[in-house]
Amino acid sequence: MTVAAHGGGQDDISQPGHDVAEAQKLLAPVLSAHWDEPDSYTLAGYRRNGGYRALTKALAMDPDDLIAYVKDAGLRGRGGAGFPTGMKWQFIPQGDGKPHYLVVNADESEPGTCKDIPLLFANPHSLIEGIAIACHAIRSHHAFIYLRGEVVPVLRRLHLAVREAYEAGYLGPGALGPGKDLTLTVHAGAGAYICGEETALLDSLEGRRGQPRLRPPFPAVAGLYACPTVVNNVESIASVPALIDRGKDWFRSMGSEKSPGFTLYSLSGHVARPGQYEAPLGITLRQLLDLSGGMRPGHRLKFWTPGGSSTPLLTDEHLDVPLDYEGVGSAGSMLGTKALQCFDETTCVVRAVTRWTEFYAHESCGKCTPCREGTYWLVQLLRDIEAGKAQAADLEKIADIADNINGKSFCALGDGAASPIFSSLKYFREEYEAHLGGRGCPFDPAKSTAWGDRPNSAHLEVNA
Amino acid sequence: MSSVEMGIPEMPAPDYPAEVRRRLETDAKEIISRYPDSRSALLPLLHLVQSEDGHVTRTGQRFCAEMLDLTTAEVNAVATFYTMYRRKPSGDYQVGVCTNTLCAVMGGDAIYAALREHLGVGDGETTDDGKVTLEHIECNAACDFAPVVMVNWEFFDNQTPETARALVDDLRAGREVAPTRGAPLCTFKQTARILAGFPDERPGAADASGSAGPASLAGLRLAKGDGGPGVVAPRGAAAEEEGK
Repeated sequence: MTVAAHGGGQDDISQPGHDVAEAQKLLAPVLSAHWDEPDSYTLAGYRRNGGYRALTKALAMDPDDLIAYVKDAGLRGRGGAGFPTGMKWQFIPQGDGKPHYLVVNADESEPGTCKDIPLLFANPHSLIEGIAIACHAIRSHHAFIYLRGEVVPVLRRLHLAVREAYEAGYLGPGALGPGKDLTLTVHAGAGAYICGEETALLDSLEGRRGQPRLRPPFPAVAGLYACPTVVNNVESIASVPALIDRGKDWFRSMGSEKSPGFTLYSLSGHVARPGQYEAPLGITLRQLLDLSGGMRPGHRLKFWTPGGSSTPLLTDEHLDVPLDYEGVGSAGSMLGTKALQCFDETTCVVRAVTRWTEFYAHESCGKCTPCREGTYWLVQLLRDIEAGKAQAADLEKIADIADNINGKSFCALGDGAASPIFSSLKYFREEYEAHLGGRGCPFDPAKSTAWGDRPNSAHLEVNA
Repeated sequence: MSSVEMGIPEMPAPDYPAEVRRRLETDAKEIISRYPDSRSALLPLLHLVQSEDGHVTRTGQRFCAEMLDLTTAEVNAVATFYTMYRRKPSGDYQVGVCTNTLCAVMGGDAIYAALREHLGVGDGETTDDGKVTLEHIECNAACDFAPVVMVNWEFFDNQTPETARALVDDLRAGREVAPTRGAPLCTFKQTARILAGFPDERPGAADASGSAGPASLAGLRLAKGDGGPGVVAPRGAAAEEEGK
């Protein structure tokens, strides 16, 4: 195994993934602890492993105490921004006479991000229990799960789980105590990345085009139907039952002071064993790769994203960066969704960035001019660069356009579009230059495919 | 909607036949009752009319508008924003190849090119037998199973050009096809009904394909000490078989 030819001096590990003690020390399956049981997604399976115990405990607490407890535990949003979950709940005005809403953002669409979908598929009741607890805290009687539409197997499991929860009385009349009902509506989206942005999601849930709103007012004051609304990511809410059940001290025993707890890391790309790895916050990519068998045999890490395509790229220099909010931030990127997309030396960074940029251009909602126009022109320029039709000045031009998008639109989609441009120019400018002046792409895309190293794969050519 | 009409403005869309209208109205009212504000039902209603017509027709848009007291222009503005609403008649099986960066690099581009050639259709086009509509899709949250193909929004993980060609051949021949993760395939219209919020009533549909795919269990198995070679599947079974 070779994680990185120019790594940070750590010894090569010849027996990756075999050191059980090491794995057990570094990994911490909580949400994923029972996914290998055949009925983990059912109410029976969830309850057998202690499910809905936390709800009983939470309902016995005063809502304000519950909010303070989650705040003290230090749980931070797992959807990308890392905002403290308890603080978000605390912002909901109380005694205002308006309905309060909880909206769970299950629109997982950030390229590379693949944690909420397997979580909902294998363990939907952890989310439903978390919803009931959160609704008690913020005094809400109607919650929504906004699930992206393109994942029908997950929708089926949510339909099943919600029906089971109603039948068991965890949802429905009196679910939160005498006279305190809880309604949960599962809502399928219809294909739009922008709806993962919380205010666009609210517009979409109101039956409109999913376009972000100008803030303030924030959703906590004027969210769904202009009422106080909490929008939380799936994993954030699903983490709450374990936190309540096992206590904040247990939660804080993992991770760091500012980034406590456990989380799902999603390893993908040219790695030996892609998949979900639940661990305390602060594990490093080197540790994850060492545990899981490293990069695919005979290759080394070239670049990776710490949390989806909107987080600036990192390289093999950053293998020892602690994967928590502060650690990744100080390395010039963002923890984001912990979507660790790893690309090896066969991958052309210009091709990767061009494709991401095409995605942002396609998904820009069109509301803000810098993002709508900027992403369009970035695509034109990047396609020219990739095809060898560009000149050196065009590299300055894409940096300039990215600068004109970054921070200049309503939402973070534009910032996300700028991230891969800035970071790839920072670390791989020479590779861009190698494409210029008629030279074109020096890489063979066939070599980077999953089957690229197999004998007799010459017939599987790629026209990229 | 799909063509530009010059001159005379389009006539209003015809209504559904009375029997269809009655049936859809019952469904629509149930959907609307789930929301504090009726307009929130628009996205599910558009899925509902797709389950009737296979795409969002002008008649379907008129129906949504009437149910929600909106104009057809308001409905059209929403229907054209979201990519899951088809704007023209399409196939029973929507085959979407992920060509976002990670899947593309891992082989999605090769799969997509192979299917275009094999089926003889371009992006968004349907085979002559009306069975398969091919499109490229964006990241579908299954990167640890790359490259991914979706059929009617069920997961076909760890695909290769060979497995993808065999998949569309099976679909066109009417053979039963089961996804890697998800339930045995139903048609696009039946899928659209689930998306509208009506649970799949086929026995065992929600239970199909087990609790989690192999990649989802990679970390758990390591933590439990059974992470040796051959236990955590190195990439998908499909890819392995194809390599033999």
